[in-house]
Amino acid sequence: MRRGLKPLVFAACLLPLAWLAGRFWLDDLGVNPVETVNRFLGDWSLRFLLLALAVTPLRRLAGWPALARLRRMLGLFAFFHVCLHLASYVGLDLFFDWQALWRDVVKRRYITLGMLCFLLLVPLAATSTDAMIRRLGGRRWRALHRLVYPAGLLAVAHFWMMVKADIREPLAYALVLAGLLGWRAVRAAGTARQRMSLHSADIGS
Amino acid sequence: MQIRSAPDLKDCDVTDRDVYLGRRRFLAAASSLLLPVPAMAAPAGDAPTPFEAVSTYNNFYEFGTGKDDPARTAPGRLITRPWSVAVGGECARPGRIGLEDLLKPHRPEERIYRLRCVEGWSMVVPWTGVPLAAVLPRFEPTSRARFVEFTTLADPRQMPGLRAGVLDWPYVEGLRLDEAMHPLTLLATGLYGRDLPAQNGAPLRLVVPWKYGFKSIKSIVSIRFVETMPTSSWMKANPREYGFYSNVNPQVDHPRWSQATERRIGEFRRRDTLMFNGYADQVAGLYAGMDLKADF
Repeated sequence: MRRGLKPLVFAACLLPLAWLAGRFWLDDLGVNPVETVNRFLGDWSLRFLLLALAVTPLRRLAGWPALARLRRMLGLFAFFHVCLHLASYVGLDLFFDWQALWRDVVKRRYITLGMLCFLLLVPLAATSTDAMIRRLGGRRWRALHRLVYPAGLLAVAHFWMMVKADIREPLAYALVLAGLLGWRAVRAAGTARQRMSLHSADIGS
Repeated sequence: MQIRSAPDLKDCDVTDRDVYLGRRRFLAAASSLLLPVPAMAAPAGDAPTPFEAVSTYNNFYEFGTGKDDPARTAPGRLITRPWSVAVGGECARPGRIGLEDLLKPHRPEERIYRLRCVEGWSMVVPWTGVPLAAVLPRFEPTSRARFVEFTTLADPRQMPGLRAGVLDWPYVEGLRLDEAMHPLTLLATGLYGRDLPAQNGAPLRLVVPWKYGFKSIKSIVSIRFVETMPTSSWMKANPREYGFYSNVNPQVDHPRWSQATERRIGEFRRRDTLMFNGYADQVAGLYAGMDLKADF
C-alpha cells in the first residue's frame, strides 16, 4: 500500500485539471469562461500550496512518516498550478498585453503580491531535484525552502485583497495557513528552549 | 383553464428569437427617430447579451456573493406579488403605493442599454420599463428635494445572503435629482420582453446605464426624496473605493484594478471602456465643471 500511495496521490492531484478540461469540453465554463478558468486555477494553486505546507505537521501529528515522500510532489503541483494561473492571466485575461501586465504589476497591490509569490516559488521549484539538494547541501537547501512560508502569506494576501466585500473564503484559507505556520512557530520555540536548557546544562557541568 | 392552440401552427412557426429581437431593434431604432432618446437602439457592435447569460451571471448579494448564486436561490424565494413601494421624504404626496398603481399611468418602453459592472465586465440588456422622470413628479417633490434615495428589500426569510454580514443591509443607493430625472434613467420591470427574473431584481429595479452596475439598485421597496447626499451601501463598505457618483470612467481606476478596459460577456478579448459607458453625449452635461477624479 505504501508503494501505491505516491502514484495514487499523483493521479488525485490531476483531478482538478481533469475536471476543468471536462467542463471546457462540455462548454460548461459559465458565461465568463476567462474568469472561471483563472479563478479555478488560482483556487487550486492556493490549495496545493496549503496541502504541501500541511505535510510536515500531519506527518508529526499523525505519526505517519510516509507522508514526507509526498511533500515535493505537492509543492510541485502547487507551482504547476501557479504557472497555469499566471499563464491564464497573461494569455487569456490580458491577451499578452505586456504593457497592461506591467501597469498591473506596479500599480495593483494584489497583483504585485501575486507576482512576488510566483517569484519566490521559482527557486524552490528549480532546486527541487535530488541533484540540486545534494549540490546545495541539506542545511542551505532547507534555509532556501523556508521561502515557502512568505509565499504562503503572499498567496493568501493576494486572494484577500482581490475580494470585493465577501472575505469569508480568503479568511478560511488564512486560518488554515495560520494554523500550519503557527504549529511550526510553536515547535521552533520549543526546540529553541530545549537547546537553551541543554546549553545551560552544558555550562553547569 | 382550457388552452386553445391553433392546429396550423407548429413549434417551427414560432419566430426565431434573433428575428424577433431584430424586429424589436428595428422598432426601437425607428422610434428613436421620433423621440429625443438616442440610446434606445443598441449601436453597432453592441449585440444584446443572450438572455441565458443575463439571467445567470448576477451580482445580487442578498442571494449570495457568487455570480451564479442569485439564479439558483432567488427564483421561488423572492415574493414579488403583491409588491409595494414606500415613497417619502421631501415630497407633497408621500405614501405606500402598489406596484400596479405605480406603473399604471405609464406606457412601458424598451431600452437597449450597455451595462458595465465595476468589476470590469459588461453586457447589453434589452430592458422594459418606464422613465423614472415620468414617475417621480407624481409625488410632487418639494424644493428641498435634491437627491433620491432608493432601498432594496431586506427580508432574511426570502434572502439567504442577508445572514452573511457582507454589506450593511438593506442595500441603499442614491442619485442626484437631476440624474434621477434624466431621460436615460429607467425604472425597469422586465428584460427581453418578459418580467424581470428574480435574480435580476424583480419586480422593480433601477437602470442607470452611464454608471457602474451597482448603482442600478434591484427589488426596490422605498424611494425617498432627501436634501442631503445619501450614503450608499458600497460607500459605507469602502468609502475609498466607491463614491456616490460611480460614473463609468476609463480614466479613473478603481484603487485595486484598472477601469480602462472591460470584458463584454460572450467576447474573448477585452474592449476599451467608454466615457460614461458610451453615453457621454447625453449625460456629460450633468457633471460640467466637476472634477470626476475627486467626485468618483
